Amino acid sequence: MKNISVPQGNHWLARLQRSTHHGDIPWSALIILASLLVLALVIGIGWMLWQQSSGARLKFGWSFVLPTSNSTWDPDSDVFQAWAFIYGTLVTSLFAIILAVPISVGIAIFLAELCPESFRLPLNWMIELLAAIPSVVYGLWGIFIFLPKVVVPIGESLSAVLGHVPVLNSLFTGPIPLSGSSRLAASMILTIMIIPTITAITRDVLLAIPNTQREAAMGMGSTRWEMIWQVLLPYSLSGILGAIILGLGRALGETMAVTMVIGNSLEATNSLLKPGSTMASLLANQFKEAVSQLHTEAMIEIGLALFVITLILNIIARFLVWQVARRTPQEARA
Amino acid sequence: MTTTRFQELIARNGAAHALRRRITNIVMLTVTGLLTLLALVPLFWIVGYVIYRGGRVINLDFFTQLSRPLGVAGGGVLFSIEGTVVITILACLFAIPPGVLAAFYAARHPNTPLGVALRFGTDVLAGVPSIVLGLFVYVLLVVPTKHYSAWAGGLALAVLMLPTIIRTTEEMLKLVPHSLREGALGLGTPEWKTSLSVIFPAALNGIITGFLLAIARSVGETAPLLFTALGNEQYDIGLIVRSGIQTHQSLLAIIGRIINQPVDSLPLTLWKYAQQPYPERIDQSWGVALVLMIFVLLIEIIARLWVESRKRALQG
Repeated sequence: MKNISVPQGNHWLARLQRSTHHGDIPWSALIILASLLVLALVIGIGWMLWQQSSGARLKFGWSFVLPTSNSTWDPDSDVFQAWAFIYGTLVTSLFAIILAVPISVGIAIFLAELCPESFRLPLNWMIELLAAIPSVVYGLWGIFIFLPKVVVPIGESLSAVLGHVPVLNSLFTGPIPLSGSSRLAASMILTIMIIPTITAITRDVLLAIPNTQREAAMGMGSTRWEMIWQVLLPYSLSGILGAIILGLGRALGETMAVTMVIGNSLEATNSLLKPGSTMASLLANQFKEAVSQLHTEAMIEIGLALFVITLILNIIARFLVWQVARRTPQEARA
Repeated sequence: MTTTRFQELIARNGAAHALRRRITNIVMLTVTGLLTLLALVPLFWIVGYVIYRGGRVINLDFFTQLSRPLGVAGGGVLFSIEGTVVITILACLFAIPPGVLAAFYAARHPNTPLGVALRFGTDVLAGVPSIVLGLFVYVLLVVPTKHYSAWAGGLALAVLMLPTIIRTTEEMLKLVPHSLREGALGLGTPEWKTSLSVIFPAALNGIITGFLLAIARSVGETAPLLFTALGNEQYDIGLIVRSGIQTHQSLLAIIGRIINQPVDSLPLTLWKYAQQPYPERIDQSWGVALVLMIFVLLIEIIARLWVESRKRALQG
């Protein structure tokens, strides 16, 4: 047998081992440090953006982000108001949500409740692969295929039908540009991109509902659809809301695909069928070519606004999803 | 037995009602199936069309040549492939060590205040728009060093990868049977040695798939690189290494020159080429899209298959 020397007594190695609990203290210090690094990153992002946008924040105050009828973005005379881009972001994301929610909830119901077991995994994966396609590829496909083939016809019929309805006509003033580059195009690409997010969470929430709920509903003689519509959906409502908010967060921050199809115009129109800009697309287009210090700071402030909005949305969404998870005891899931 | 007029009406009404319920049921259930098919249309459309357009551009030159000036036929995107590789390696170096260590903390102490804060911070970080991460690294690194560089791009992607790495690693660490930990601790093994030499190897397969998924996601990202890595069509690692050897530079100096200048990456190149009005550049951007998409989808599918089999094996 080999002679293994174990340091004992007052040997320095033995003392070191004892004083560090055989290495456990450095180890836990290391993993605590790594965890703190993650938190420091989150705080650091907010702090750096806050600090670096100070000039713009002091000069323009709240008027930078508040709604105005004619917001100016003029790098030459150093006057910046972000409302046009905030409007672009909000309107494209909200329209995308309106389109994506019914589709995603439908898919989630199909995947969680109806789909035959053998199709479930492949279908789940295919839906999730939609999220894996790089957003520049969406953009490229959008410019050359999706816009001329799908968006332009839809845009034309929308402007023909809704362009003359009193309240809606400012949103649907046509005609849509020949290339199809418009807020509508951005919304529709965003719809495809956020479907996987909303579907995945909704499906998980549905799967977490205890089977007793389903059995009780079916036992009362309801049809499958009545069980889904009157029992499962109300039960999972707050979880679905969380999923929608997370999808909204994704849509707000999406940059490349939107930049490629939205047309990047600074024109002041409210119409969905006209080219526009979002906060993220403005950053992608102008940040490198900023002409003055104030211009840079104004754009960093837009980044800060995006960060704060997504932070708040995430907090709300996590809270909602977490509430559903808490309400459903682990052993009730089957 | 005679039925009254009233009973007859009730029965007829009931039948109509039941019929309506049945029809609603069938219609709505069919609609959910159709919606699922509808969502798959863009997936197959994109994949099919990119293969169709990109397949015509891709040849050996595409992978081995630098870009040629406009009007000169041929040329490839080697510069951009090299840039992608450099940025991705840097991102992994920056993200994996802290990510794995933080995951050990999250898996071991999920309910301490720091553990809860860590999970929350990871969720928040995962939700930050990628272009904001680019802004952050620009402010943090590019402004003080006064130039764009590969390692700034790597850092931006590292921040992007971090939440994915922490989450998947944590999940895989939690899947390791508790008896393994108890056995090791019972033998008198210190906590750190249990974690590193018993639990970590047991979860390693799954953890590596997590890395792969994180890499697949970050390779396709453009927005964080716009103002960190910037892009550089003259990038040529072969040239840097050759000239470095000729002038007897040390290894560190050569590596420094590789990572300390702006580089391109595949999605950045795609974006720039797609905006140009020249048909040959557009064709090349379809080629880049194909390379990018195949790479990302392959990693994604392989990693998922691997995770699935691993989960089954561990859960029994």
